[in-house]
Amino acid sequence: MSELLVLIDHAGGAPRKVSTQMLTRARVLAAATVSPVSAVGVGAGAARTADRLGQFGAQKLYVWDSEEATRYVTLPVVEALQQVFERSGARRLLFPSTNFHKDVAARLAVRLGAGIITDASDLQLSDGDMIVSKDVFGGATITRSHVRGDRPALIGVKPNAFAAEEVAGGPVEVVDLDVALSDEARRSRVVEVVAQAAGDRPDVGEASIVVAGGRGLGDASGFELIGELADVLGAGVGASRAAADAGWIPHRHQIGQTGKTVAPQLYIGAGISGAIQHRAGMQTSQLIVAINKDPEAPIFQIADLGVVGDLYKVVPRLIEEIRRRQG
Amino acid sequence: MKVIVPVKRVPDTAGDKPLDPHDGTLDRDRVEMVLCPMNEYSIEEAVRLKEQHGAEVRVLLVGPQSAQSVVRKALSYGLDSAVQISDDAIAGSDAIATAKVIAAALRQEEFDLILMGAQATDARTSIVPAAVAELLGLPALTYARRLQIDGDRVTVDRESDEGWDVVESTLPAVVSVVEAINEPRYPSFKGIMAAKSKPLDVKQLSELGLDASEVGLAHSWAEVLDFEPRPPKEPGRQVHDDGTGEVGAQALVDWLVEHKIL
Ligand SMILES: Cc1cc2nc3c(=O)[nH]c(=O)nc-3n(C[C@H](O)[C@H](O)[C@H](O)COP(=O)(O)OP(=O)(O)OC[C@H]3O[C@@H](n4cnc5c(N)ncnc54)[C@H](O)[C@@H]3O)c2cc1C
Ligand SMILES: Nc1ncnc2c1ncn2[C@@H]1O[C@H](COP(=O)(O)O)[C@@H](O)[C@H]1O
Repeated sequence: MSELLVLIDHAGGAPRKVSTQMLTRARVLAAATVSPVSAVGVGAGAARTADRLGQFGAQKLYVWDSEEATRYVTLPVVEALQQVFERSGARRLLFPSTNFHKDVAARLAVRLGAGIITDASDLQLSDGDMIVSKDVFGGATITRSHVRGDRPALIGVKPNAFAAEEVAGGPVEVVDLDVALSDEARRSRVVEVVAQAAGDRPDVGEASIVVAGGRGLGDASGFELIGELADVLGAGVGASRAAADAGWIPHRHQIGQTGKTVAPQLYIGAGISGAIQHRAGMQTSQLIVAINKDPEAPIFQIADLGVVGDLYKVVPRLIEEIRRRQG
Repeated sequence: MKVIVPVKRVPDTAGDKPLDPHDGTLDRDRVEMVLCPMNEYSIEEAVRLKEQHGAEVRVLLVGPQSAQSVVRKALSYGLDSAVQISDDAIAGSDAIATAKVIAAALRQEEFDLILMGAQATDARTSIVPAAVAELLGLPALTYARRLQIDGDRVTVDRESDEGWDVVESTLPAVVSVVEAINEPRYPSFKGIMAAKSKPLDVKQLSELGLDASEVGLAHSWAEVLDFEPRPPKEPGRQVHDDGTGEVGAQALVDWLVEHKIL
């Protein structure tokens, strides 16, 4: 069988969690078909991911470790992947189902005549066919899809769909790509990267625990409390649209139908009513906790634990208690 | 400047979402359909370009005849004209096949800028904008939280996980927008009335020079095999705090311990 490719997301050489999660799953799928797992890394620092990726089962790393790849929008990754498909004869790619990578996959699908399925929450093999489960309609329905025929398949995997597990892997074979960017690729430039300091706090789309705040916080300072709870739990910070619209927190933290879809191990919502548009972005979380002073708030319908109370009373005590336990 | 705003008709999130038991696609006869809420933002941005640059704005919708009310709705925000692509052969198209139809329609139009939503609220794939750009050989500046046009230069603040990237390109280009970009206005009464008589072309695939064999359910590479409702959750536990936070916090800690979070 041809190689199973996994597009790595990394920050300057440190693989993001979704990368090791995909590799873990790829390993299991590839074992069933006796095909090797090859990672693909693009951008400055990408070569430094090799050892870490090996620990999660990558046997090969196709890499284009270059500043140039970071200077233009989307197409450097597309053109690197095109080369990998050509060189390896691979037919399948797993990619992180995140905003920027969806752009990459969309363009690549057109170039390769490939089929594309985004937001996979599970992957199974059936007679050699890759079957992709995904949540639709805000998690109310689960569909199973595949890419038909012998088309190349590009499968977007949602962060936290799989748990990452290390293996005692051998050394990773590093294959350097030699990408000569097209003129088209050079037409869209990245002029500046504005990163707002989040400290060690994980990104909301990828965190295993998410603490989210809503209108019930009352004002922007409420997010200091939410952030404090997030930090003692090692969680990312999310928000309802009401809170994002009020300008209390940037839109990229918004969870819901028109924001991010998160499926962490644990979601904690405080001062969020649980409108259907919000639930559409979080109801596939494994565990859901809600803190709300209104016992009738719809979020309690999907909460595994609901605390009816004032968040400004409950959350500070909770933080205190967690800190005490952590010593 | 000429701007085209592709808009999608989607099921109302607040309503039921029945799937067709035969092919696993949404049963569009049984759900209430609306203009995709994300397109209110792309439309608002287009209206601003009208105000600032005198842009001429045209709506494009790929969807069945019955979606015409959504085209009129889009026009009611004060846009100039519309084109709707309707053809039975399009039914069931996946994101790439839909992008092919949109791209074919755009080849017959004059434009400087294509303004889309960053993701439709139904399938939420976010595939269409970049796929359309690829099919037309255009730049795509997606997830815009700010858009600026300066002559033939287009600059976008592209929302990222950490903040945003300032990205720029030349027109013509495809831009997709996130909610943070603006605050959409409501259509005015005048706009609603005027929308009824704005020019609307309806075209079939053959008029786009696109073959039916390239689109539709049978020619979409991604195929839904089956589907099932998510199994219902077990009802959770509810605890009433005593007003001091103590009872609530204790219940939370115990629960977090029980679930091995702490
Ligand atoms: C097209 C469309 C798209 C949308 N997309 C999204 C989306 O992506 N994400 C999203 O979140 N919403 C979205 N919405 C908005 C959604 O409908 C709700 O309006 C929004 O989620 C409400 O946010 P909230 O729960 O913070 O506020 P509210 O509904 O006002 O709820 C605040 C809650 O806080 C509780 N509260 C108040 N004070 C306290 C206190 N001291 N302690 C404890 N609890 C307290 C109240 O009891 C109340 O339940 C969308 C709406 C539309 C129409
Ligand atoms: N059938 C359609 N007709 C016109 N535009 C569409 C259609 N489907 C998607 N789009 C455009 O693509 C954007 C993103 O949709 P999607 O990629 O489906 O999440 C939407 O906001 C629309 O601007």
